Amino acid sequence: MAYVVPRPNLTWKEKIYLPSIVAGMMITFKHLKRMLKGETKVVMQYPEEKWDAQMPEHYRGAPTLVTDEHGRERCVACQLCEFICPPRAITIKPEEIPSGDKFAKVEKRPKVFEIDMIRCIYCGLCEEVCPEQAIFLRKDYAITGITRAEMVHDKAKLYELGGVFTGLVNKWNPKK
Amino acid sequence: MSTETAAPAVPMVNVQIDGVWLQFPKGTRVIEACGQAQKFIPRYCYHPKLSSPGNCRMCMVEMGMPKMTPDRKPVLGPDGKPEIAWIPRPQISCAQDVAEGMGVRTGSPMVEEARKGVLEFLLINHPLDCPICDQAGECRLQEFSVEFGQGESRFLDEKVKKPKSVELGPRITLDAERCILCTRCIRFMQEVAKDDVLGIVERGSFNSIACHPDRILDNNYSLNTVDICPVGALTSNDFRFKMRVWFLKETKTIDVNCGTGANIIIGSRENTIYRITPRENNDVNGVWLPDSHRLNFKYVADERRLTKPTVKGQPVDWRTATAIAAEILKAHTAEQLWLVASGRQTNEELFLTSRLIDALEIEKQHDILPRAGEPDGLLIASDRNPNTTGAKLIGLCTSKPGSRLKNLVEGVRSGAIKTVITLGEDLTKCGLTAADLKKLDAIIALDILPNQTTPHATVLLPASAWVEKRGSMINVKDRLQRLNRAVAAPGDAHDDWEILRDLIAAVSGSNGLAMIEDVFKAMAADHSEFAGLSLSKIGDLGLPVVSEKAPEPESAAAH
Ligand code: SF4
Ligand code: SF4
Ligand code: SF4
Ligand code: SF4
Ligand code: FES
Repeated sequence: MAYVVPRPNLTWKEKIYLPSIVAGMMITFKHLKRMLKGETKVVMQYPEEKWDAQMPEHYRGAPTLVTDEHGRERCVACQLCEFICPPRAITIKPEEIPSGDKFAKVEKRPKVFEIDMIRCIYCGLCEEVCPEQAIFLRKDYAITGITRAEMVHDKAKLYELGGVFTGLVNKWNPKK
Repeated sequence: MSTETAAPAVPMVNVQIDGVWLQFPKGTRVIEACGQAQKFIPRYCYHPKLSSPGNCRMCMVEMGMPKMTPDRKPVLGPDGKPEIAWIPRPQISCAQDVAEGMGVRTGSPMVEEARKGVLEFLLINHPLDCPICDQAGECRLQEFSVEFGQGESRFLDEKVKKPKSVELGPRITLDAERCILCTRCIRFMQEVAKDDVLGIVERGSFNSIACHPDRILDNNYSLNTVDICPVGALTSNDFRFKMRVWFLKETKTIDVNCGTGANIIIGSRENTIYRITPRENNDVNGVWLPDSHRLNFKYVADERRLTKPTVKGQPVDWRTATAIAAEILKAHTAEQLWLVASGRQTNEELFLTSRLIDALEIEKQHDILPRAGEPDGLLIASDRNPNTTGAKLIGLCTSKPGSRLKNLVEGVRSGAIKTVITLGEDLTKCGLTAADLKKLDAIIALDILPNQTTPHATVLLPASAWVEKRGSMINVKDRLQRLNRAVAAPGDAHDDWEILRDLIAAVSGSNGLAMIEDVFKAMAADHSEFAGLSLSKIGDLGLPVVSEKAPEPESAAAH
């Protein structure tokens, strides 16, 4: 359906533009004066300088996978994050944990876990949906690469970025 | 859920469900009557195809019978309907038939309380396995807990530990902690598979499903227990941990492993098939499916699938391949040609095959390869071709499929037959040897996988597997059913009917068939059995077709 955008009716003052130009120049001169007096704060020289130390706890950087204090990968490949991810950035292939494994009780883990960081929109839904507290958005925001393949974080890279988290809910301990 | 439709002679009874008086045929289960009245009753142990032990107590409702005067007359209320004396405790609805004047309340506070209580008991020792449990997403325990449960646990003690990951048989793994002991699996094995291997062992909270000590669950119908298990206790080894069910695209189609044509659902995601489950059709397979049939789908994703048309082993494009095939066919007289069709082709493909036969003026030098096996008395038919009936109806074989193949073998050996067209069959299974094949001028083969014939093929045309195409087939009981496409054909492979159409066009000029629907229309014009039908009119459950003309009698085939 076509939507007609109404044109504003300009007054003659607005039509000649001059008052706006004058107002704009006044702001420019105000800043020039402050700079000459040395009052202006200069912007941060990124990337030489970084704001990382001041980043808030809830900052949503790149999604990562974490292991717990026992060295167990917390993800059980339930694929809920794959399902919820709006741009479909996550690809998971589950596998059964072999019976001889230390964590065989958990039964399932991801064989392949990939997040395509070209697709990821840092929305944090994966972290929110995860029933295992296995995926967290950490503070890495400068995710760059020179090929598309490089921008796909595989399981190893995700655990490297995520590191170890302690004190999370652990329902897979022997006394569940 | 199915609802048994009763014969009209059955007397009707009046039942009040949630205040509304309705009529049901005598003998209807209360749970089914409520279902028909659009009041769904949650259930675990009840299954319409099995007996009702009434052990899970999930289906409880409030029930009542008409109030009686001392001389056994129903007391009528002001509206002229009987007044109901409600039973003061909830009753199960799955093991009780409707009765005249019965009253049912499906949503009263007492019923809601009862459901909450039952679910709380069921969850007491239930593990928190949903993230790794294959049933999640289609689990009745999850669904009913959300819909009818109470949202939080009051249970503080340690949960009972039971065996997990128990191999019950070659295809089934049991997680005893998740089992709610509804006994559906036990009753299925007893009543349907007639192979009583499952039972409950241990006592109280340690109750667990187990096989008879000397037996394993290896029946060819064992995977049906996984389908009917309302929770994730029984899991299919083949599907276990492969894919979450909510990703699966469900395609309604039919099984092609035998003439029964069991109705199935193919679960696929992104062109990969993950599982096949039965689909209810009480005229064909009920709700069951043999294991051997449902697991036989891996070959369609085989990496050896033919993906490019070849001429003498060299890959060519389709246009060239079709043109060369047509040239070969035109260079021979009809007497020098033989065509081996297949009982695995759809009606549409068989019809186009008959058009090709007409275009080439082949007479009686065609047949299908019969496949016979042992019937199992349940669902597996002795005819292992899914569409022999269609082949007979369309006239590609005589009433005795395969009876002409001996003419093929003789003709090839005597040198009378110079070129053979095979549509998906391995000629070495038709009685020819590799030496015979070498003698031929040319072989035009259409297939999906390499076999003993394909290395000898002059023109090899890559076709589609049954999960990759649309079409119809007629089962051994003359029921016309529909195939649907679940996944795309690999590489450059084409749909069989398109290959045949192009071949006919190359031999005898254009035929104006652009879509499979056109093929069906043309077929309906030639064969009255299909008159007035279309692929969409066949519907999900199929239709009986009456074959009006008898297939060509066998005697006509003999010299
Ligand atoms: S943060 Fe959002 S977009 Fe990125 S992987 Fe998680 S769910 Fe997907
Ligand atoms: S939601 Fe959590 S546990 Fe599930 S697959 Fe994603 S990271 Fe793994
Ligand atoms: S059976 Fe159902 S409720 Fe139990 S763990 Fe599996 S999905 Fe969850
Ligand atoms: S294994 Fe499944 S079907 Fe069998 S009793 Fe337990 S819950 Fe019921
Ligand atoms: S469904 Fe009625 S008792 Fe189980």
